[in-house]
Amino acid sequence: MSAVPAMFVPRLNRRRRLGRIFATVCLLLTLGAMAMLLLLLGAITREAWPWLTTRFLANMPSTLNPETAGMNSAIWGTLWLISFTALFSIPAGVGAAVYLEEYAGDNRFTRFIKLNIANLAGVPSIVYGILGLALFVRWLRFDRSVISGALTMSLLILPVIIIATREALAAVPNSIRQAAFALGATRWQTVRHHVLPAALPGILTGVILALSRAIGETAPLIMIGALTYVAFTPGGSLLHDYDHSAGGVWQWFTTAINDQFTAMPIQIYDWASRPQTEFHGLAAAGIVVLLGILLLMNATATGLRAWQQRKKT
Amino acid sequence: MPGMFRKAKESTIHLLLLLCALISIVTTAGIIWVLFSRSAGFFAEVSLADFFLGTRWTPLLEPRHFGVLPLVNGTVLVAAGALLIAVPVGLATAIFLSEYAPPWFRQIAKPVLEVLAGVPTIVYGFFALTFVTPQVLQRIWPQTEIFNAASASIVVGIMIIPTICSLCDDALRAVPRSLREAGYALSATKLEVSTRIVLPGALSGVVAAVLLALARAIGETMAVTLAAGMTPRMMLNPLQSIQAMTGYIVQVSLGDTPAGTIEYKTIFAVGATLFLITLGINLIAQRVLSRFREAYE
Repeated sequence: MSAVPAMFVPRLNRRRRLGRIFATVCLLLTLGAMAMLLLLLGAITREAWPWLTTRFLANMPSTLNPETAGMNSAIWGTLWLISFTALFSIPAGVGAAVYLEEYAGDNRFTRFIKLNIANLAGVPSIVYGILGLALFVRWLRFDRSVISGALTMSLLILPVIIIATREALAAVPNSIRQAAFALGATRWQTVRHHVLPAALPGILTGVILALSRAIGETAPLIMIGALTYVAFTPGGSLLHDYDHSAGGVWQWFTTAINDQFTAMPIQIYDWASRPQTEFHGLAAAGIVVLLGILLLMNATATGLRAWQQRKKT
Repeated sequence: MPGMFRKAKESTIHLLLLLCALISIVTTAGIIWVLFSRSAGFFAEVSLADFFLGTRWTPLLEPRHFGVLPLVNGTVLVAAGALLIAVPVGLATAIFLSEYAPPWFRQIAKPVLEVLAGVPTIVYGFFALTFVTPQVLQRIWPQTEIFNAASASIVVGIMIIPTICSLCDDALRAVPRSLREAGYALSATKLEVSTRIVLPGALSGVVAAVLLALARAIGETMAVTLAAGMTPRMMLNPLQSIQAMTGYIVQVSLGDTPAGTIEYKTIFAVGATLFLITLGINLIAQRVLSRFREAYE
């Protein structure tokens, strides 16, 4: 004659035990995922350690002698590539985001652009490489130059910059815009002097993360034919004996951006794909340098975000 | 006439910003134009049926066969293995972070997982080749080949865990607190609330996360190229060498295949196939997501 219906047996102890097991499994998997990062860094650093010398940073790559090979040309190539990628992609990306958030009305055309950007963000990077090969290398005849690489990379990271900038702009309270309009500011004045400064930390975070993606991208550069063996830096042939006038500097500069180049991930790929283990050590050392740069950029972005959140509260 | 000058300046800026936004349209148009105009030349020589239904892929060797299925087989093998690892781990991590973890743990775990997502794919490829295969797989299964699908699957799986985790975490946290409280009021345990109330409530977000991660795994290039090998074949044994679509495109562009030849045109046909597959998956994911956004307004 129990009061509890026979159909329902609470079995609370069993259910709680199941709950504890589930929580433990989830915790272990979370810790496991985090431990993967340590394992990855540990395994690579161990392999890289004997090769991490200043000579490695200063020397040119060598296909014959791993003892003296370095990644000087790759580091300079990446620097040139990323500078120009930033130069092209930041104004275009921020401009597009400002247009979508501050200017465009909510109509079919705007929705189409937004959908299009979301889709572009999901296009595999190698497809951008094919586009860059056909468009910049062959059709516009920029050849396998720094410019071709930077334009390809810019197209690749534009969606990332636009999406991050739009989020940052959308987070700026509307009252700021209304206050500016009430004082007779035009739309551009409002954006330029009030909205953009308020959104700046968020925009910078997005830009840094986008550029760090570009630094690590390998496939598009292979597609546009960034050489795997380049023993000079962009403009390096003129670096020491150029004409010390404005024209001479300009000539050096145009030579540099039209030079063939290699970049850090390309150099790493080249070393990693060789069968000899010495070259694997070099690849690991290259990865450590690359990850060092990326961690530094990531830390800057995280710091900016933390600063921005503290400012808000 | 400062008013007129100001108006001209405003409309010039408006136009410039519009042009910036149009770059994305031009990019899409460029991708479609390049892939399909170049593939047209390929399909003039190879029939669509031979390409999409053929089971032999030997475009660089005589006798030539242009059946893309072995490459699709390689891509699917790697992506399926990656999902097998990433979905349980990513989902468990998201449930733990959103339902169980104290705030301080979240604050440590989220940036760590973000770093995992920011590691370049070439690094994962190197890790697969020099650690996962010799130190893990070959110790368990000594017959494992140096290049194998499993090592690529494992590292691509690790690579997409943060994608799944972060999107699922967002979806789980978007489920209103009141639903959880209703569950507890009916004396459900935390496990029951998490898996029978919150998880179904966030299901569309979880499905979208898995689809986006799948698209990333299919488009993944460097890890697959370095670790999975260059042997296109129809096979489901993950311990042997295969070739994925992305890996093939890299192989051709690294070689000295002259432009204009049929071998060269294959990269556009394979690229177009890859583009259509990932685009399809992304569009489905967006459909699922837009339904999810309506759920709890």
